[in-house]
Amino acid sequence: MNKPLFGLLLGGFLGIFDGLSALVSAPETRPEIVGIVIGSCVKGIVAGLLIGLVDKKFNSLPLAIVFGLSVGLLFAYWVAHMQETEMGRNYYWQIMTPGGLLGVIVGFATHRHKPKRAIA
Amino acid sequence: MSPLSDQSVARLRQALEEPELAGTRYELLAPLGRGGMGSVYRVRDRELGRELALKVLTVEGGARAVERLRAEARILAGLEHPGIVPVHDAGLLADGRPYYAMKLVRGVRLDVFARSNPGRSALLRAFESLCEAVAFAHERGVWHRDLKPDNVMVGDFGEVLVLDWGVGEVGTPGFMAPEQTSGAAVDQRSDVHGLGRILETLLAPDPPRALLAIARKAAAPDPAARYASVRELSQDVARFRDGEAVLAHAESLLERGERVVRRNPALFALISTYAVVRTLLLLLVR
Repeated sequence: MNKPLFGLLLGGFLGIFDGLSALVSAPETRPEIVGIVIGSCVKGIVAGLLIGLVDKKFNSLPLAIVFGLSVGLLFAYWVAHMQETEMGRNYYWQIMTPGGLLGVIVGFATHRHKPKRAIA
Repeated sequence: MSPLSDQSVARLRQALEEPELAGTRYELLAPLGRGGMGSVYRVRDRELGRELALKVLTVEGGARAVERLRAEARILAGLEHPGIVPVHDAGLLADGRPYYAMKLVRGVRLDVFARSNPGRSALLRAFESLCEAVAFAHERGVWHRDLKPDNVMVGDFGEVLVLDWGVGEVGTPGFMAPEQTSGAAVDQRSDVHGLGRILETLLAPDPPRALLAIARKAAAPDPAARYASVRELSQDVARFRDGEAVLAHAESLLERGERVVRRNPALFALISTYAVVRTLLLLLVR
């Protein structure tokens, strides 16, 4: 499995998990949970894909971590901002802190992932 | 007339067996050891000014033994590999006994190396090097048939050399495969058995289950239950070293989880941090 695909799958999986955690951290969001999970999954997929592409090109652990953190924070900020605009509630810390951490995790794991070479 | 003491007999025997090196380029320095077929001496090559090991047929060796020692020299000469002792010269002594000169291996026996507590990864590296040398010989149709820690030397720089490719028909109890004991057909799996027994002896008193399973599969009494080749055995050891699942052991879910965590400690530290942050946020919000 190549790095972009690995990042995409890991980002998507962690995105679903992160979205579902809203059920515990903010039970009032239960009616919108499907939309939250889908949005979180898509966010994870895009972030994971970008991280995978960057790591494939530069193959640097510090860069993978910093880029993962940046993308994770940026996407989380975007989601938190939308929440604020649409619902009038401020969830910046609750969304951006785990979002940034997930970006670091995807960056680290994607860098560590070594694609297996096909044996001729 | 009083009978000779055992000590005197041994001294006479040694004097009798000591090779007469007149007419050769070698100067006898010291005996190194004695095997079933020949004795090995440390000698100096006067031409090149270096020390070598000289294997000479013991005096009681008959015509068959002469041919076997010469065959051994030819086989060794054909096995050019960093893990197999190279032969430099072969010939006949003035008394008609055949000899061959080989590299003088400086280092310690594998069992002595293991007792010096070099750590599991160094031991596994040495074991894999041993497997490489044996696999190389197998690819050229040569079986060792007497693999044991005494026949493996580890050099000062971690290099591993397999000794005594004596094309012997008799192995060593405790290491030789059951088919050797019963006189049945011997193939490369007999060496796989020997390697499995070596791996078992190298392991600490409480080895990881997966590693023990590899050693036991290799040393299984039934050749069909063993690894089909030394390469397969070596690959399974490499899998263990790399933190991957091994073929010889069906791990439980718990063992699998433990292995994955041990293989990726930093990743699990990050995931744990994520879980802690999530929990803290939850507590703070409430």
